[in-house]
Amino acid sequence: MSELLRCEDLTKRYGNLVALDHVNFTLESGKLIGLLGPNGSGKTTLIKLINGLLTPDEGRILIDGMEPGVGTKKIVAYLPDNHFLNNYMKVRDIVAYFCDFYEDFRPELALQMMSHLGISENVALKTLSKGNKEKVSLILTMSRNARLYVLDEPIAGVDPATRDYIISTIINNYNPEASVLISTHLISDIESVLDDALFIQSGHITLHKSVDAIRSENGKSVDELFREVFRW
Amino acid sequence: MQWMIDKERPICPQINEQIAARIALGEFLPGERLSSVRDVAVAAGVNPNTVQKAFESLEAEGLIYSVRGSGWFVADAADKAQKKLQDLAEAKTLKLFQSLKTLGYTPQQVLVLAAAVAQAGNTKEEA
Repeated sequence: MSELLRCEDLTKRYGNLVALDHVNFTLESGKLIGLLGPNGSGKTTLIKLINGLLTPDEGRILIDGMEPGVGTKKIVAYLPDNHFLNNYMKVRDIVAYFCDFYEDFRPELALQMMSHLGISENVALKTLSKGNKEKVSLILTMSRNARLYVLDEPIAGVDPATRDYIISTIINNYNPEASVLISTHLISDIESVLDDALFIQSGHITLHKSVDAIRSENGKSVDELFREVFRW
Repeated sequence: MQWMIDKERPICPQINEQIAARIALGEFLPGERLSSVRDVAVAAGVNPNTVQKAFESLEAEGLIYSVRGSGWFVADAADKAQKKLQDLAEAKTLKLFQSLKTLGYTPQQVLVLAAAVAQAGNTKEEA
């Protein structure tokens, strides 16, 4: 397992608000990591910095030794927390569009997962429900053969059965060279598949541990620990 | 196969124990090939790294062995698995006695209680 992501003194401010305050951590390859924190703790800011959508005010991020840019976009698959696809396009066209964008995109895999979830490739995106749109976005992201998958709230809008399918998709897609960083509030749904948990609170990383260590040291699930740590 | 995962305990030993139990009970026979790490991970809804660690710990205990390129197989060690299961059951029983002791139950009372609960369970199943 090698180092895939490193944050050094990473700081981001929005005016007077410090969203991330000198954050330091590293992620290894071959892991599923949960980025867990309450609303407004800095999860999405961190994710946007990883993807080069924001630039740090201080410190830096290295992904496989590179600062975010063209080189890292080739190896990072990113699922944003808002809808990012063109509504007028048909599913088939979006798959072709992703093929043009990413060298590592696997169209057969994408179409196979869509048909498995009952999404026809001939329908326009605008006719799909919110949950089905989220499924399409997630399938497109997971169909890349990336080194780092960054999923911002991937399972919030879908039903529990689909959630299970998505989680099994993530496990099935697992490869020892790649890591998956998942930000979510739905901890109990995903905690059994995680290797590590990263707790973030008001711009600070407060805990970075393997979930099995959390269970054996605290005798409780990650979900319960979260509720305890972040109690109002 | 069915997996029972308790989220309040580390998952790795749970996978280890459940496979060991099936070997001890003869549900998995010597030489039989186990499901792949990935298949177990999907079926149990857990992380593949965790399953890998569980398999490696079972290998260290001599209950299964790996063949490069073809997967994991059950070793001829049912006696070892039975011993392990026995130890586990004893540890769990001890815990039960201890936790009921905090509620003021003597060991004798626990035995009476256990018999009554088992009886009630049986009649329920028969009904």
